[in-house]
Amino acid sequence: MSEEQHDVVLTVNGTAHPVSVPARRLLSDALRHDLGLTGTHVGCEHGVCGACTVLLDGRPVRSCLLLAVSAQDGEIITVEGLANADGSLGPVQQAFLECHGLQCGFCTPGFLTTITAGLRDNPTPTHEEARDMIAGNLCRCTGYQNIVRAVERAAELARDGAPHAQVPHPPEPEAGQLEFEDRDDDNASTGLGA
Amino acid sequence: MTTKLMGQKVQRVEDQRFLRGQGRYVDDVASGQDVLHAAVLRSPHAHARILDIDVSKVLDVEGVHAVWTYDDLTGPMAEPLPLLIPHPALTHGRTQYALAKDEVNYAGEAVVFVVADDRYVAEDALDRIRVDYEVLPPVVGIPAARAADRLVHDDVPGNVGARLEQQVGDARAAIAQAPHRLTLDLTVERSSCQPLEGRGTVARWDPDLNRLQAWTSTQTSTGVRAAIAVKLQLDLGQVDVITPDVGGGFGVKINHPWPEELLVPLAAKTLGRTVKFTEDRREHFISTAHERGQVHHIEVGFDDDGRLLGLDVEFWHDHGAYTPYGLIVPIITSTQLLGPYKPQSYRVVFESLYTNTVMVTPYRGAGRPQGCYAMERTMDAIADYLDRDRTEVRAVNFIQPDEFPFDQGLVFQDGRELEYDSGDYPASLEKLKTLVGWDEFPAYQQELAAQGRRVGIGLACYVEGTGVGPYEGAHVHIETSGKVKVATGLTTQGQGHATVFAQLVADELGVRFEDVEVVTGDTRRMPYAVGTFASRAAVMSGSAIHLAAKRAREKVLKIAADALEVDELDLQISDGVVSVKGAPDSSIDLGTVSVLSNPLRYAFDEASKAATQFSVGDPGKPPVAEDDEPGLEGRDFYSPERATFASGMHAVVVETDPETAEVKILKYAVVHDCGNLINPMIVEGQIHGGVAQGVGGALYERMAYDESGQLLNASFMDFLMPYVTEVPDGIDIDHLETPSPLNPLGIKGAGEAGVIPSAAVFAAAIEDAERVALPGLTITAMPISPSDLFGLRATHRQESS
Amino acid sequence: MKPAPFDYRRPGSLTEAVAALAGEPGAKVLAGGQSLVPLLSMRLAAPSMLVDINGLPGLDTITADDTGVTIGALARHADVLASDEVRRVQPLVPMALAHVAHATIRNRGTTVGSLVHADAAAEMPVVLSLLGGSLDVEGPGGRRTVPAAELYVGPMECSVHHDEIAVSAHFPALAPGAGVAFDEVARRHGDYALVGAAALVDGKSVQVGYLSVADVPTVVDLSGVPDDRLGDVALEHLDPGDDIHATSDYRAQLVRVLTARVVRSAREGGAR
Repeated sequence: MSEEQHDVVLTVNGTAHPVSVPARRLLSDALRHDLGLTGTHVGCEHGVCGACTVLLDGRPVRSCLLLAVSAQDGEIITVEGLANADGSLGPVQQAFLECHGLQCGFCTPGFLTTITAGLRDNPTPTHEEARDMIAGNLCRCTGYQNIVRAVERAAELARDGAPHAQVPHPPEPEAGQLEFEDRDDDNASTGLGA
Repeated sequence: MTTKLMGQKVQRVEDQRFLRGQGRYVDDVASGQDVLHAAVLRSPHAHARILDIDVSKVLDVEGVHAVWTYDDLTGPMAEPLPLLIPHPALTHGRTQYALAKDEVNYAGEAVVFVVADDRYVAEDALDRIRVDYEVLPPVVGIPAARAADRLVHDDVPGNVGARLEQQVGDARAAIAQAPHRLTLDLTVERSSCQPLEGRGTVARWDPDLNRLQAWTSTQTSTGVRAAIAVKLQLDLGQVDVITPDVGGGFGVKINHPWPEELLVPLAAKTLGRTVKFTEDRREHFISTAHERGQVHHIEVGFDDDGRLLGLDVEFWHDHGAYTPYGLIVPIITSTQLLGPYKPQSYRVVFESLYTNTVMVTPYRGAGRPQGCYAMERTMDAIADYLDRDRTEVRAVNFIQPDEFPFDQGLVFQDGRELEYDSGDYPASLEKLKTLVGWDEFPAYQQELAAQGRRVGIGLACYVEGTGVGPYEGAHVHIETSGKVKVATGLTTQGQGHATVFAQLVADELGVRFEDVEVVTGDTRRMPYAVGTFASRAAVMSGSAIHLAAKRAREKVLKIAADALEVDELDLQISDGVVSVKGAPDSSIDLGTVSVLSNPLRYAFDEASKAATQFSVGDPGKPPVAEDDEPGLEGRDFYSPERATFASGMHAVVVETDPETAEVKILKYAVVHDCGNLINPMIVEGQIHGGVAQGVGGALYERMAYDESGQLLNASFMDFLMPYVTEVPDGIDIDHLETPSPLNPLGIKGAGEAGVIPSAAVFAAAIEDAERVALPGLTITAMPISPSDLFGLRATHRQESS
Repeated sequence: MKPAPFDYRRPGSLTEAVAALAGEPGAKVLAGGQSLVPLLSMRLAAPSMLVDINGLPGLDTITADDTGVTIGALARHADVLASDEVRRVQPLVPMALAHVAHATIRNRGTTVGSLVHADAAAEMPVVLSLLGGSLDVEGPGGRRTVPAAELYVGPMECSVHHDEIAVSAHFPALAPGAGVAFDEVARRHGDYALVGAAALVDGKSVQVGYLSVADVPTVVDLSGVPDDRLGDVALEHLDPGDDIHATSDYRAQLVRVLTARVVRSAREGGAR
């Protein structure tokens, strides 16, 4: 009895990839094995280490805590999508190189995506904010000192106009309504209204 | 004139692929190809007999290709895994089988091996296997092991795997006669390496070449290769082991062969398919290795200045259910406990004990953290007893700079004399005191005490025997393109070997750094090697590469001198071009020299054609001389007489919360001596990483076993590795460089240093802070959490009243 | 660690979603997944079907008015935390949310999902209880509102039926002159709290909710209790446990310390 396969399209680094996967396929596995994008790494599969962090609609998320089928409507960016169009390193990557912000490199993709989004949202972080930006990712090799430096250096490089991949802002959540709709009027086909 | 790269902060070549997500770790190998995936059913019980294994339901699962138990293993595969490092004192060593035979001795032990279309299906198959166990009462913890009411192995009396005593002089007599005496009882609990990447192995059998290729996330490619060859009954020459990019090791990947490192190749050969095993995090917790758990009983006799007249240490080492790595960890504790000191007499005896828990193999520091903790707590206790400054008591015991080489009179982990080659401990201490503000601290402490705050300072000193033998080797090949290909057999797990070794080759050969490419851990490129551990890579492979490059350089100069018709002494090499000193137009580039070194009949490219403008050799003699070989290569090996001893001192300032007992790190200072530095940026990175693991081990991490031998915190949720928020914001580092006389570059190892003094330094600092309000409070058990400290305060208050 | 197989539905409407749940006793709702997916991967939970509500329109709204804050089922923690409106109307919500895991988890996890997950060690369930909020749920029989007091019925158990989907949560507004505060002590930044406390002070009324010291989110009425007795009185209603991270004595100490802190802080806030 074989498992039901779901045909979904995963949009990764700007390219639409149709895949056929079981519902239980984690996004981390789909990226790595179904799409061959092995830059996203798996360190724990329980959402703690952050090595699997990718951007979904511009926001860092743990790809090990997402089902591939659940990510079908989003735009995913992985570490492979962070370099410049000409293949040169983006400012976050360049900063890591200069600051020796990586050793074994296994946790690094998760930091790169997280920091790319973090600096987009806060291009001039204070030292505390730079530390806070990376507070949800584990690294066992570097002891974090140089990663914090890399965040600050990346902010400098980006300000100095270093070219980098355009990472979109997350979409605005639906604007809040000022009144509640009448719940008795619930429209069966659209749930809570338009 | 090329600047020397030795000592430069050269950016890493590895980063180019890592930063783009183009690293190739073991789970990336064979990506997109037709691969089968393995999973392992592991024992849920810490101690049990296996009565029956029913795999019949597995065959119903679509996509399953193999299901193996011990009964499916034959020949050498059915024998226990190797006991890698035997020792005469290890009278009762035991190793596990690749798949459990009749009994299991720790929760996590491998029982059934499954191969399926993918890992999801393989795990479904595991769910359908029924194992009948007769659960036996387990032995958990050192007290239970010592009491030996129950045994882990029926044929190991008292759960004692080994007992080993070493002594210099008569410590017991010296203590009895000493003016002052103290006794300490100390405990350190288990932690583990937890690299972000766990284990993994991929194997492929090629029937056309009759060869097995295996990729494995290991610290020793040659070790795994030998094990596979022996166990699968293949010629060594039929087995290639390629170490891919490795996402951290920290010691746990030196142990080999893991059961999966054998079962995967066996499956590849049997099924005729590529097979991959990638462990998950839970498996890493329960089926790899832990380390650090020890209990120490110390008696010390000293004089009015705190000079150690006699030091007597007894300790009990929990090595878990099996002993594949022998007694390395407790031997290192025994010997490295001495640190930078010269007690007048010393006796150390340990028992290495079995428990029904995950086995113990080295974790960064490998027994030194425990030894340092024992010694430094003793020093602090002596200072407290004599009411003297803690640095003065240490200084009085230092081996002095003019006493090197200093023979401690013991046998080290490499079977050789424990003889320190160089160091300057008084100078290190002065630097540390300045760096952390030691002399100014008491005033600061008083000032804050007046505000109701508790701050404390601690320091700890250590010595680290690094660069142990037996040897490493290197091969340097200058190709006709002018590119230099370098290979050494030990492995890399993030230390930047490809960069630092390229620096050495660029310096020695006079080539551009960019033209050097280094490969590590590939038995096809360098089949003679030992492995990466004991902070040995820079010393061992660095030296071997330096020597191999020298040989290559000699050949270059010989051929170039002939081609340019000058004497070798008139030549220099810079940016890959050999030229006559003072006559730069008279030159020949390395690629051309390479062509000339290999007198082929045929010219394949422009380089070969261009080379014909030179004539070398004597038409009256053979083109390749009797004592020579074609090609421009250098190969050499480095084998040291003994280890070289790095050293360092750490100091930390902490604040403890009077209400919640939380510990905050205010300042962390490191003085570090690892001889000459190849790349200071990389050394500093190693220190940062070690300090972070040390913070984890001192304040957050421990293996929480319950009485039934279940590991309660087998996940990152409950095994608390530090995030950036838990490590100090900035580490002050100062360097001392006492070069090693034992190797050509004068270097010492640096990899483990950061983590060695952590338990000691935090125990000292927290104790110092607490004594502001609770005089006499003493910390003897590490790690310490706020809850532990709170409990200690309560106990102390009760005992004081 | 890979999940066991399950069927998967991605309904386009709430009615479809409810019907899917009703038709499959082993079905579970998938919203943020930050609590559920690890359980699936570790095979600690093996639902026969997941009903993925991430495609349902209109469930991600966050509204604030005089009555309070209403958070839709698909509103992510991060969006609630970032909402100035929410902060203005009921500051306790962002105060507590800032302690929920790490930013990356908050980007996907939903506040309503956290409320339904009913973990007594989590921040939001006890905040809902303390503020006297409610959950609106949709089932085969229509919509009903479940007040917080009726919501948490056992460890990790809330009274939302198997065939109901929580569509929004309502946190009442902070009354004028009232003050709130939140604090917790965790081992590492972002970890589950060893102990956490949320206070609501309004005139003489002092209510404090606790996480991690009882099986269910627990609110204790400390009105009229002298300051130096706050923690001790609270402990009479709580059951701090022992585990590998902390002893019950230590948790009790944290109850004392945190109670004093949040009550003091809430009083200062209300005085503004």
